[in-house]
Amino acid sequence: MLSGLREVGRAVLFLGQAISRMRLNKNQVGETLRQIYYAGARSLVIIVTCGFFVGLVLTLQTYDTLTRFGAADAASTVLALSLFRELGPVLTAILFAGRAGTSITAEIGLMRATEQLDALDLMAIDPMERIVQPRLIAGLIAVPALAVIFNMMALLGGVFFAVFVMGNDPVSFWGNMQNSVEFGRDFLHGVGKSIGFGFLAAWLAVYFGWSAKATGEGVALATTQTVIATAISVLILDFVLSAFML
Amino acid sequence: MTQNARTDQPAIEFEDIKLILGGRTILDGLNLSIPSGQVTALMGPSGAGKTTLLRLITGQLKPDQGRVVVNGTVVNELSPKELNQYRKNVGVLLQNGALFTDLTVFDNIALPLREHTQLDESLIRRVVLLKLHTVGLRGAAQLYPRELSGGMNRRIAMARAMALDPGLMLYDEPFAGLDPISMGISLRLIRQVNEALGMTSIVVTHDVHEVSKLAHLACIIAHGHIIAAAPPAELAQSQEPLVRQFMQGLPDGPVAFHYPAPDLSDDLLNSGEQHA
Repeated sequence: MLSGLREVGRAVLFLGQAISRMRLNKNQVGETLRQIYYAGARSLVIIVTCGFFVGLVLTLQTYDTLTRFGAADAASTVLALSLFRELGPVLTAILFAGRAGTSITAEIGLMRATEQLDALDLMAIDPMERIVQPRLIAGLIAVPALAVIFNMMALLGGVFFAVFVMGNDPVSFWGNMQNSVEFGRDFLHGVGKSIGFGFLAAWLAVYFGWSAKATGEGVALATTQTVIATAISVLILDFVLSAFML
Repeated sequence: MTQNARTDQPAIEFEDIKLILGGRTILDGLNLSIPSGQVTALMGPSGAGKTTLLRLITGQLKPDQGRVVVNGTVVNELSPKELNQYRKNVGVLLQNGALFTDLTVFDNIALPLREHTQLDESLIRRVVLLKLHTVGLRGAAQLYPRELSGGMNRRIAMARAMALDPGLMLYDEPFAGLDPISMGISLRLIRQVNEALGMTSIVVTHDVHEVSKLAHLACIIAHGHIIAAAPPAELAQSQEPLVRQFMQGLPDGPVAFHYPAPDLSDDLLNSGEQHA
């Protein structure tokens, strides 16, 4: 319990240091764009694939359940609301941690093990500014964008099942959804959540990489910690944000 | 950048340095003057504190007692901002090169220039190519470190350390793991660069034979302080037991071959009783 609290304290101190040492110059902009590409574009395959199948299975289950109550028409509404409000942001953040987060942790951990962070320090280049800052900003930008793509793919999966497999009318599928889903209250709240989750996922990924022991075992442990800590803290934060937003 | 022409003034002075790390006293009342504009070799048994001395010079470590004075600057009293300014005049070649694996050779060397100078890209390109030419790797500018051998990576790291023309160069075991050709190249480069640029160079090494070809002064560190400091030829003639053991590579002597342990016969007999 105490060691867990100590770890949280260290992570918060680390974040404080990282934010207080943030600088913006032309070199940083280029490096940040590069990190957005690495974190975002390289997570696209997993986001697109998982999004499509989550939409598919969610529609299948929802359709089956609602049919028992004679409310099959509401399937598209349930699909969209659960995606925009909860599943999209949460699953995207967890998938991001598994794909890009572990990669960031391992990269920074190996940089420590191979003295690359020391080399930056010795060249009077702040590693916080050069390594941590671009990755934090990349998470903040990439995760909301990925969450929107995840939602689009899940809706596509839903349409595929409802319209092409079950033979439902596409006009009523989209019409019911449009009538019940609000852009600000449902969609934008989801985007807001995913900004928070993105920052959290990137923070934990850089923190565990930064504090990893400079050994193979240390880096392996750090990547595992990134996935576990991100999954748990995203779910906790999701509850807190939902409570405030509803 | 400040250059260190050879003068009578020492470039670096360690004054009564005491350093304790993890409860273990690494340096205990160490005093040493390193001459300006020369190559100085730091030698000694593993774990004696050679790399620790480099870390004191770079300000990565602060002594528990004493002062580290580099060209009149007390390094252990610098603020973080002053330390960054000071480090721009110190080039460090780390043990494994520590090149950035996601950057090309060119970008590795251009990094400190882009961060610390206002030079435009065309000038940076020329400086980088000249540095690479000095270490014989201009043709490898667009390759990644993973595409080159360990010896070549070490030379690129040397070019990067020299990018800002520092007055002081520190080499941490630059010959470790190199084949004889690469070792010969590195040796020649360190000496040539030192003479051409008039910088002060400090080389941490175990390689006694190479030191005689390279260094003007060789210092042996053991038991927390400097036990000998003289030109390599003089050290080779020393009759001091620890210096003799180190210079001649004798397996036993003041530095014992065996890790401290109980008497062998006692250990064998007791272990039999313990298992019974």
